[in-house]
Amino acid sequence: MPTVTTVGAAPAAAPTPTLRQRLSRWDVRISPYLYISPFFILFALVGLFPLLYTFWVSLHQWNLIGGQGKFVGIGNYSYVLEQPQFWVGLRNTFSIFLLSGVAQTLGALALAAVLDQNIRAKTFWRMGVLLPYVVAPVAVGVIFSKMFADQSGLFNALLDKVGIGAIGWHADVLPSHIAIATMVNFRWTGYVTLIFLAAMQAIPREVYEAALMDGAGRVRQFFSVTIPMLRPTIIFVVITATIGGLQIFDEPRVFDQSGLGGSDRQWMTVTMYIYELGWGPQKNFGRAAAVSWVLFLIIILVGLINFMITRRIAASDAPKSPPPEAVATGTGANPDAAAAHRSTNGAATGDAPGPRHPEVTL
Amino acid sequence: MRTRITTTAALVTAFGLGLAGCSSSGQEGDGSGKVTLTLATFNEFGYEDLIKEYMAAHPNVTIEHKKAATSNEARDNMNTRLAAGSGLSDIEAIEVDWLPELRQYPDRFVDLKSDSVKDRWLPWKVKQATTDDGKLIGYGTDIGPEAICYRADLFKAAGLPSDRDQVATFLGSTWEDYFAAGKKFQAKSKVPWMESAGSIFNAMVNQVPNAYEDNDGKVIATENPQVRQMYDTVLQASKDGLSAGLAQWSTDWTSSFQRNGFATMVCPAWMLGVIEGNGANVKGWDVANTFPGGGGNWGGSFLTVPAQSKHPNEAKALADWLTAPEQQVKAFQAKGTFPSQEAALKSPELLAATRPYFNDAPTGKILAERAKAVTVVPFKGPKYSGINDAMQQALGRVDVTKTDSAAASWDKFVTAVKALG
Repeated sequence: MPTVTTVGAAPAAAPTPTLRQRLSRWDVRISPYLYISPFFILFALVGLFPLLYTFWVSLHQWNLIGGQGKFVGIGNYSYVLEQPQFWVGLRNTFSIFLLSGVAQTLGALALAAVLDQNIRAKTFWRMGVLLPYVVAPVAVGVIFSKMFADQSGLFNALLDKVGIGAIGWHADVLPSHIAIATMVNFRWTGYVTLIFLAAMQAIPREVYEAALMDGAGRVRQFFSVTIPMLRPTIIFVVITATIGGLQIFDEPRVFDQSGLGGSDRQWMTVTMYIYELGWGPQKNFGRAAAVSWVLFLIIILVGLINFMITRRIAASDAPKSPPPEAVATGTGANPDAAAAHRSTNGAATGDAPGPRHPEVTL
Repeated sequence: MRTRITTTAALVTAFGLGLAGCSSSGQEGDGSGKVTLTLATFNEFGYEDLIKEYMAAHPNVTIEHKKAATSNEARDNMNTRLAAGSGLSDIEAIEVDWLPELRQYPDRFVDLKSDSVKDRWLPWKVKQATTDDGKLIGYGTDIGPEAICYRADLFKAAGLPSDRDQVATFLGSTWEDYFAAGKKFQAKSKVPWMESAGSIFNAMVNQVPNAYEDNDGKVIATENPQVRQMYDTVLQASKDGLSAGLAQWSTDWTSSFQRNGFATMVCPAWMLGVIEGNGANVKGWDVANTFPGGGGNWGGSFLTVPAQSKHPNEAKALADWLTAPEQQVKAFQAKGTFPSQEAALKSPELLAATRPYFNDAPTGKILAERAKAVTVVPFKGPKYSGINDAMQQALGRVDVTKTDSAAASWDKFVTAVKALG
């Protein structure tokens, strides 16, 4: 910059950045946000907007075909909360959620612990547990509805043989919930197992060796090392299971031919109730939207409760504070990463590529 | 569930945007008189060859045929796009069950009244698609006139007449006769007489002009003595052991065709194919040319032209041609959809039709006579299907799952009807 070619009188104060410099500064400041913006734009479009619009709909009379009617305030909410069917739906939803969620998580933990051992034909077994997940939900529904049929089903034929007698899978409340939870578990246990397995493989093997030196048996190792080390993953699984479990729809809907949840609403869930209000005979979007919002709030509430419980349970057994690396390795909850790192055992680190799960921040 | 719900939502949105883009460009004529008409149907209407025939006769018309796999899929699509105000085909096929809700929005359909279709259909078919202000919003395609199907082999084993004319006499002409015949049958056979209380109730309620609502749409279902009486009658029959307690379309119902599930059933035209499919290895089904309580119809479809169509006149002309008797007879020959046109019901092709599975019964002739026996068009207002669902559930609680007494189940029905308000 020895020669200044400015001819005019413009003093060209030195600190004024050129356009190029300014662009480059903006680049540094703004670009990161632009790079992550597609997610947020998409979320705003297909997540946030429908959420808020649903709330707007819930304050009006709103017909599926006719569209917006007059403003009714909380009228739809008070209607819905007065309906016995809504409460029956809530009871069924929680019952099916508990039957499926608890069994699924515990079953997956046990399966993952077994698969984590040094067994023969590892890949075969590990892929095997995922097989049910590949089967289309409708196919699962068709197969299970044949097996759970009251008069001609496989299960009742077997129960009859062993002398217990047929169970009214489509008549009684609890049996119908068990049948539906079975369908859900059949489909999802393997998937959750792989998530747990991936996290288990990321636990450093030295920890187990140390436990072994201290005289801990397999069971003690599982409860005092594996479970505490899995804490972030368990929280992740429980939260997603809560969100999914409280929205359960497919399996109960295909459980009988009418899809209304049984002649006495034995297995009608809240989401089925939403569907019936909005797309059934009433075609009442206002009421359906009101139930949707109530369900949304319930899910948030239950999610928070679950978060606190799982944090406490998993923490009570844990060493005061797990070493930071251990927490980081726990985030490798990614089946692909698990497969890639399988042979490296304890050497697996948490920096595997793939989607990050929210437990990183928990 | 879980991730799939969000994925589906995203995909639906993406496709929705994509389709909206397509449909607007696909429907433009280019000014030379050439038009592209879209025709949306579901299941099997038997129109494939007819479309080719029409395009050959009208070189300026191109027809795009969209076929939904199930009528429910088509119904969801119809409701959504009707609400959105765009995206429907130029001709949309509908089922008679959708009409109560669609008739509330006559402005969204083209009035199809025309001299060329005068007196084409059975009068009750036209009445179904006529709105309160006299608009005709659909051209009738097929119907489901009801007869009684029965297992001739089981009748014979019970020492009863099994020939279809004798059985028609044996079954009688009223529902009381039908139940009485059932008791005679079951005195000599272990097989239940009928599938369920609900399916018989369904047939009975379709013979009543105002069962659930009066003509102004006011709900009378819970006070109407006629409804309560029918309710008690079918449940009494169930109590007497006539019912197999098999809810229609359930897994148990479907598999019961493979064993001796029940001896008789209400049989609209399209049910013949269902029986044949479910009971492929069973021999002995036959059709009796009778129906208790007068004629009855169950199901049937129409072609409509939504008001959002850009080519309403061309679409109307095509719908007119497709639902003309000659074409519907061809559709009947292709896929067995039973025609609703007066002239088609007299056509020699139809009257000569027999079905080998039903012991070579002259089903064309029997069903044509059954169609003419229909006299009542039940009023079906906007709440009809909701009330009917509640009624079927009430009957199911007593007859199928046996979890309630008739009186307790009725109280729940009353609550359910009130909740529709």
